[in-house]
Amino acid sequence: MALATRTAHPSALRTLWGSTIGKKTVMAGTGVIMLLFLIAHMLGNLKIFFGPGDFNSYAAWLRTIGQPVLHHSWYLWLQRTALVACVVLHGVAAYQLSRRDRAARPQRYAHRQPARGSYATRTMRWGGVILGLFIVWHILDLTTGTLNPRGEAGHPYEDIVADFQVWYVDLIYIAAMLALGLHIRHGFWSAAQTLGANSRTRDRALKAAANVLAAVLTAGFVLVPVAVMTGLVN
Amino acid sequence: MTSYSDFTVGAPIADTKAPDGPVAERWDRRRFEAKLVNPANRRKLTVIVVGTGLAGGAAGATLAEQGYRVVQFCYQDSPRRAHSIAAQGGINAAKDYRNDGDSVHRLFYDTVKGGDFRSRESNVHRLAQVSVQIIDQCVAQGVPFAREYGGLLDTRSFGGVQVSRTFYARGQTGQQLLLGAYQALSRQIDAGAVEMHPRTEMLDLVVIDGRARGIVARDLVTGRISVHLADAVVLATGGYGNVFHLSTNAKNSNATAIWRAHRRGAYFANPCYTQIHPTCIPRSGDHQSKLTLMSESLRNDGRIWVPRAKGDTRPPQQIPEHERDYYLERIYPSFGNLVPRDIASRAAKNVCDEGRGVGPGGQGVYLDFADAIDRMGREKVAEKYGNLFEMYERITAEDPYTRPMRIYPAVHYTMGGLWVDYDLQTTVPGLFAIGEANFSDHGANRLGASALMQGLADGYFVLPATIGDYLARHPHQEADPGHPAVAEAVADTEDRLALLLSVDGDRTPESFHRELGALLWEECGMARNDAGLRKALDRIPQLREEFWRRVRVPGTGTELNQQLEKANRIADHLELAELMCLDALHRTESCGGHFREESQTPDGEARRDDEHFSYVAAWEHGGDGAPVLHREELAFEYVHPTQRSYA
Amino acid sequence: MNLTLRIWRQRSSEQAGAMTTYEVRDISPDMSFLEMLDVLNEELILRGEDPVAFDHDCREGICGACGMVINGQAHGPERTTTCQLHMRHFQDGDTIDVEPWRAAAFPVVRDLVVDRSAFDRVIGAGGYITAPTGSAPEAHATPVPKEAADTAFEHAECIGCGACVAACPNGSAMLFTSAKVVHLNSLPQGAPERESRVLGMVAAMDEQGFGGCTNTGECATACPKGIPLPSIAAMNREYLRALRKGAPGRV
Ligand SMILES: Cc1cc2nc3c(=O)[nH]c(=O)nc-3n(C[C@H](O)[C@H](O)[C@H](O)COP(=O)(O)OP(=O)(O)OC[C@H]3O[C@@H](n4cnc5c(N)ncnc54)[C@H](O)[C@@H]3O)c2cc1C
Ligand code: HEM
Ligand code: HEM
Ligand code: SF4
Ligand code: F3S
Ligand code: FES
Repeated sequence: MALATRTAHPSALRTLWGSTIGKKTVMAGTGVIMLLFLIAHMLGNLKIFFGPGDFNSYAAWLRTIGQPVLHHSWYLWLQRTALVACVVLHGVAAYQLSRRDRAARPQRYAHRQPARGSYATRTMRWGGVILGLFIVWHILDLTTGTLNPRGEAGHPYEDIVADFQVWYVDLIYIAAMLALGLHIRHGFWSAAQTLGANSRTRDRALKAAANVLAAVLTAGFVLVPVAVMTGLVN
Repeated sequence: MTSYSDFTVGAPIADTKAPDGPVAERWDRRRFEAKLVNPANRRKLTVIVVGTGLAGGAAGATLAEQGYRVVQFCYQDSPRRAHSIAAQGGINAAKDYRNDGDSVHRLFYDTVKGGDFRSRESNVHRLAQVSVQIIDQCVAQGVPFAREYGGLLDTRSFGGVQVSRTFYARGQTGQQLLLGAYQALSRQIDAGAVEMHPRTEMLDLVVIDGRARGIVARDLVTGRISVHLADAVVLATGGYGNVFHLSTNAKNSNATAIWRAHRRGAYFANPCYTQIHPTCIPRSGDHQSKLTLMSESLRNDGRIWVPRAKGDTRPPQQIPEHERDYYLERIYPSFGNLVPRDIASRAAKNVCDEGRGVGPGGQGVYLDFADAIDRMGREKVAEKYGNLFEMYERITAEDPYTRPMRIYPAVHYTMGGLWVDYDLQTTVPGLFAIGEANFSDHGANRLGASALMQGLADGYFVLPATIGDYLARHPHQEADPGHPAVAEAVADTEDRLALLLSVDGDRTPESFHRELGALLWEECGMARNDAGLRKALDRIPQLREEFWRRVRVPGTGTELNQQLEKANRIADHLELAELMCLDALHRTESCGGHFREESQTPDGEARRDDEHFSYVAAWEHGGDGAPVLHREELAFEYVHPTQRSYA
Repeated sequence: MNLTLRIWRQRSSEQAGAMTTYEVRDISPDMSFLEMLDVLNEELILRGEDPVAFDHDCREGICGACGMVINGQAHGPERTTTCQLHMRHFQDGDTIDVEPWRAAAFPVVRDLVVDRSAFDRVIGAGGYITAPTGSAPEAHATPVPKEAADTAFEHAECIGCGACVAACPNGSAMLFTSAKVVHLNSLPQGAPERESRVLGMVAAMDEQGFGGCTNTGECATACPKGIPLPSIAAMNREYLRALRKGAPGRV
């Protein structure tokens, strides 16, 4: 029968970006990369408890990664490029999928469904937007120093301490960390599901892992502003 | 309207097209003798298939694979929902995987005997032969039959036979088989080889120059009436058990397609043969819309009883052992609770008629698992019947672990249907009937797990082979859409619908269906007698007259109008019911599902009358006159008629 | 019991619809939800009003025809089909909201009846095993490990009711599609078309206008047949595997 007539061979990448599952895979992939970065970032941030010397030289060391094969800061720029690509891909996919999802349910139910999914699940979209805004603000704050009360290149320790003296900066950071926790709580398990790593036997373990990861990352990050606020770090 | 209270006798049916010679070779011979259609010519030939159940789904997919153009219909929103989906128990096949002595011949033998010697040997033998291929076909399609740890197919025994030849997929065998056929059909729809019309109901048959050339159908969403013309028409529209209103059939199952075909010339065979299933959940009140079957397997471990005293309304747990009547064990000591379906059903009716029935309206008997739970433990019982118990509890809110189930017989299957020859062709050339819509293979009683087998045998293997012979002999010639027969069929349909809409009376269609069903159940149900049948034959025409005077169908014909659909089906039920009663009245013997109180042995068993009734009763529609009976005499060369005894 | 029903009434896909209030009296707790609607419809006919249209057939929970959103939940408060939901799960005096499945891919036909033919097209795009009649090998030629047979069966149980789509905030058909992909892909008979099947079905699913999956899980909660959520992961795995293998997909 004429089953072959509709056979076409689009490239795998086009099929990937063209399908809902594919786009979601891109989100999951970029999400996981960002997650790995954040784990490293969080561990790095905790060096702040060893004092300004350690922390600043750690920041300086970051710029020497890959030397002498790479020039000074090249690795960092590579990483920045990758992260920007991730945020952009992740965000664009999220935006496109969200539009599609809304279009697929044009009319809502008059009797709203009793909420059953977890809070984390329902806040992925807004949580993501908050994270996106936070990242822009955060880079202007601590990478370029533009918004930082002090903003001195090469002295991140001092910049951070200056930051968290300001109450609303604390507020912004802590709120963002909570958003991050929620995003990861659903996101980690969700990524496993999207990438096909979930199964009936692993489901519970993955959910537990997502909770632990979310809690550790949130706590790890929040520790810094809290430490500054309580004067443990100054 | 026609009156059915009398009938005339027409010429007997001489030729069924079955080849002669040894029964085991007939199917091969027929296939060899059949003319073939050149594959290049198949594309020009269009076959209409009405119905997408096991029979229709399998036929549509197979004919399209063979290269014919198929145009297919069903009234559901998707071909996947045909009533076949509800079959639970399993499907028979003479695979002999158990090495327990099964064979094609034994399945043949069991089926002829099970049908109480009222079926055609040639057909039944073919069914048994083909059964083996069905399982292969379904496994290849991915039907997830139950398997053993070694990875091989599991089987169980079913319905009183001594071999284990029933293949199953938990309690959802019909669903899985149907999905297999539906998926094969979907592939052909996607490929453009089948033009599928869901939510479209056939309302009449178009016969041009003596040949079936098409159908008149109504789009159930827009109400548009359309004509579809073709080289041959296949009806796979299922059984007519819903004439009884309450049955285990799906709510919308109906007789319209076969009844309209009957009115256009197709003979209707053995309309009175209905199967009543003993283990259904009794009705809980007047609101009841349909009955739910509980698997027969429950009788393996449950004990059936009623109170000894009439009108004993105590809860079952409070009725002491010596005040209970385990009537099946008492009357049939050797078979006990496992007597065949018809016997178990009738016995239940008898005790209820005596006033010893239990539950609402006294229409029920207990099926008690207390002994089984004592013997095997609750765990084991749950393992074996857990899902059935759950279903029972969901429907009745009673816990069968602590309180005996209540069961009652219900209409389940119709052995009668359009008369077909060995090629499955009706008396209208070019019109074929397959599956439960025809009468072919089960005689007066169908064995458990044999309907699925027959539907798939017809659809996958038999029809695709025999229809080619007809098509080869009738090379494609465009049917003329301007033919007066087309205009007439359309006008008939439109007038009828317009009439239904215009009555604007004071009774709902449903109320007529209920009344008809109650009457039929009473007089033409598990036990029939002369006086009752005559009473029904008097009452049905009155009811029909009242229907056309008092029915109220809201809305219009040009929109989705479920009441119009229903009223139109009930109108046909009101005619078919009369033929059923007439057939039951004329057959004064008892056989299989047809029990005439006048014809029983001293111990109350059915007594066949082979001398006078060893025939198929094929009824011709009498137009405005009385129906005409054509007899097809049955010959038994291989399985010799014996009287059944289970005492 | 006496109940107040607020039911979505819409004459056709072109016309606008609205929630309309009805009262029903003397409802028996033993009635099914559909029988309760039958009672209402009988009254409406006699009052000269249009009865409420809804799909149904088997009334045994197996054909998948019935389905309505009851108080915001697909098939109502119990994990079963609407036809097997009994009135004893409601209280005398309750107000019950009844709406059709809502999804762009399932346009309303009338009242509570929607068009689910998109599901058939998803199946047509690969939800089968190509086995023309008569070409089948002996059934025992390929043993199927019991575990694979059980997995296949569990997923084959899907009745195509569409509750998953109705419950999903994105109107996504992932659970339905994954049920068929997992059913066929876990059997040896399904292996030759393993890649083209999943690619074809996912493409068709997207084409039909279903939303994407955000792993919300509402679908599996609503599914009357208990198709598990990780089946979606299994389908994703199959899909990514097929893309990696570069099997010819159908677009
Ligand atoms: C509850 C139950 C359990 C059963 N269990 C078993 C079992 O375990 N084993 C067994 O062997 N048998 C069993 N049976 C019997 C068996 O299921 C049926 O006999 C068989 O499925 C009939 O198949 P079919 O293809 O002939 O028709 P159906 O499956 O009834 O299909 C009829 C088709 O015709 C279409 N149709 C009808 N009229 C029209 C029309 N006018 N216009 C357009 N389309 C139309 C319908 O849409 C449908 O697609 C059971 C039956 C019931 C009721
Ligand atoms: C630009 C800002 C961001 C936006 C707009 C955004 C948005 C979203 C959205 C809408 C989802 C989909 C939810 C779902 O499908 O279940 C999602 C998933 C996810 N996000 Fe983000 N997010 C952002 C940033 C981040 C960051 C910084 C991380 C890193 C930790 C991250 C990690 C994830 C992960 C792992 C997933 C799961 C992917 C999946 O479900 O397959 N996101 N994001
Ligand atoms: C309290 C918590 C945090 C602190 C104290 C902190 C601190 C810092 C500092 C000091 C830098 C500059 C590093 C350098 O340029 O050497 C930085 C960069 C960065 N941070 Fe954070 N951060 C925190 C939370 C986060 C979070 C939650 C995210 C993401 C969601 C994030 C994403 C980034 C990114 C993307 C960069 C830029 C990396 C680069 O320029 O290469 N940070 N952070
Ligand atoms: S997956 Fe479940 S909810 Fe969805 S169609 Fe199948 S049975 Fe219905
Ligand atoms: S509810 Fe919808 S978002 Fe995915 S997990 Fe189910 S399809
Ligand atoms: S009517 Fe068939 S599943 Fe509800």
